[in-house]
Amino acid sequence: MPDFAVEANNIVRTFNDGDVQALRGVTLHVPRGEVFGLLGPNGSGKTTMVRILSTILSPTSGTAAVDGFDVVKHPDEVRRRIGLAGQYATVDENLTGLENLRMIGSLNHLERSFVVTRAKELLEEFGLSDAANRNVKTYSGGMRRRLDLGAALVASPPILFLDEPTSGLDPQSRQDLWTIIENLVEGGTTVLLTTQYLEEADRLCKQLVVLDKGMIIAQGTSQELKTRLGATVLSLSFHTTGDAARGIELIRDVSAKPANVEGTVVELTVEGGPAAAADALRRLDAAHVTLAGLTLREPSLDDVFLSLTGHKAEDEPAATESESGSKRKARA
Amino acid sequence: MTIATQTSYSSKSSLHWAVSDVLTIARRNMLAIIRIPTALVFTILQPIMFVLLFRYVFGSGAIPIPIKGGYVNFLLPGIIVQTTIFGAVGTAIGLAEDLQRGLIERFRALPMSRMAVLAGRTVSDLGRNVLVLIIISLVGFAVGFRPHGGVMDYLFACLITLLFAYCLSWGFAYVGLAAPNSEAAQAMTFPLIFPLTFVSGIFVPISKMPGWLQPFATYQPVSEVTKAVRYLMDGSNQMIPTPGNSIWVAIIWSVGLIAILGPLATAKYKKVA
Repeated sequence: MPDFAVEANNIVRTFNDGDVQALRGVTLHVPRGEVFGLLGPNGSGKTTMVRILSTILSPTSGTAAVDGFDVVKHPDEVRRRIGLAGQYATVDENLTGLENLRMIGSLNHLERSFVVTRAKELLEEFGLSDAANRNVKTYSGGMRRRLDLGAALVASPPILFLDEPTSGLDPQSRQDLWTIIENLVEGGTTVLLTTQYLEEADRLCKQLVVLDKGMIIAQGTSQELKTRLGATVLSLSFHTTGDAARGIELIRDVSAKPANVEGTVVELTVEGGPAAAADALRRLDAAHVTLAGLTLREPSLDDVFLSLTGHKAEDEPAATESESGSKRKARA
Repeated sequence: MTIATQTSYSSKSSLHWAVSDVLTIARRNMLAIIRIPTALVFTILQPIMFVLLFRYVFGSGAIPIPIKGGYVNFLLPGIIVQTTIFGAVGTAIGLAEDLQRGLIERFRALPMSRMAVLAGRTVSDLGRNVLVLIIISLVGFAVGFRPHGGVMDYLFACLITLLFAYCLSWGFAYVGLAAPNSEAAQAMTFPLIFPLTFVSGIFVPISKMPGWLQPFATYQPVSEVTKAVRYLMDGSNQMIPTPGNSIWVAIIWSVGLIAILGPLATAKYKKVA
């Protein structure tokens, strides 16, 4: 058995004859039996990476192997070992939940009697038994995602690719999916998960890489990244931009990281949240600069990016992920 | 996780699974046809309307056809060809929709037969066309169509029509894969099917068309197929006796079309997604 569930070496993928570089040399080693995270904003290349690893797209250069099988040379072997569920919840609206799972089972070349048992098991497991014989059209967003994940699991693949499995879901549905993913990993499944949410990566992923513009800009365990980032964001809002300019001079050295200023709001990534806040307040008070507001919060993906790259995580124009398939799905 | 069932991959041959994949996809498409009321109405109502409109608007003397049974006997074999071609357009719309929804991406990540998405789609459209043919025939008989050929000839004529529409649907598969969405796919088929069905011998005798249109109208494949169908359904009753070889011409056109359109659509399928 190969050491890694997924190995990718220097994957490059360009679109439109090289005009758009979606991936610029990504190397990944995903260990077995854990959740590995690909964290990044829209257009960072996450989905392109998943499409390459799931044999939908071929890399422009570089090699990738899933469970030891090259994705270009042995795509069918790869397909027998993976499950794919995505942000677009690609289930058939005109079929019932049960019919969807039976269709995917049959297309996975599983025996019919097995598929029926397995489909019922999964529907039960994911709380969809009551809706099993209803058209998917009537399902809520959370139900569709669970069914989509169920479809990816019909053949019990050892490796699962989840492309932004919780984007656009309400908090409860997100929690439900997280629990499902955790249970799967406990059962020995390897999961490669893409996400835009730091919180999700933190909760699920043992290791993660951060992608920006098709390149890995940081990697390590969630804890390591958080330590590098600083745990808290101190956000101060001033009454005027003049106050903000004065304020930033006074509190600049509260944090070792650069401050981010937008209008009258100054943000600092700090190590000890409350102590840093108190320190900042003391300095401002001494200089008679008054505040309009102060908050302490967990770092967001934007903060991660600011901290790692010095620029904000911007949504790039659709072009980066643009290739026939993704453009069509823009409405989703 | 409590799921205990062990995955059991089958040991059956790859040919078995290729056929199974095609039927699985075809079945899924057929279910969609039944479950989307608008699609069902479109499938069944539209051809009925065509029969009734042409039968009563043009067939009540506006287009005099000097054969026994009059215009309705001229029209019905042609409209059978026309409705099956319109039915094959569904291939373009269905594939464009699947692409748009991301279903084809999911299919591409499965260990299924590469051909099954296109073959399954064209097969289900063929199934729908069989249904449409039965309905059109019944409506035709109800409004006065009286074929003079035998039952076997009639069935043979239907088979030739279905074969031609099936082969043509591979061309529409290409259109569906090339279109950015299903609305565009539908729009893109119009400039193809309207000249093919209207500048043909389906609705009016080609000899009544302007001279510059006649060569295209005479030799384009839809006219050839219509000729064969008329010959079989109403052989003894032709204004201009159709040579028996029109059947062969229709079959050759069909086989020729799929020989070109099949690989084109397959290559396009490999490129998209």
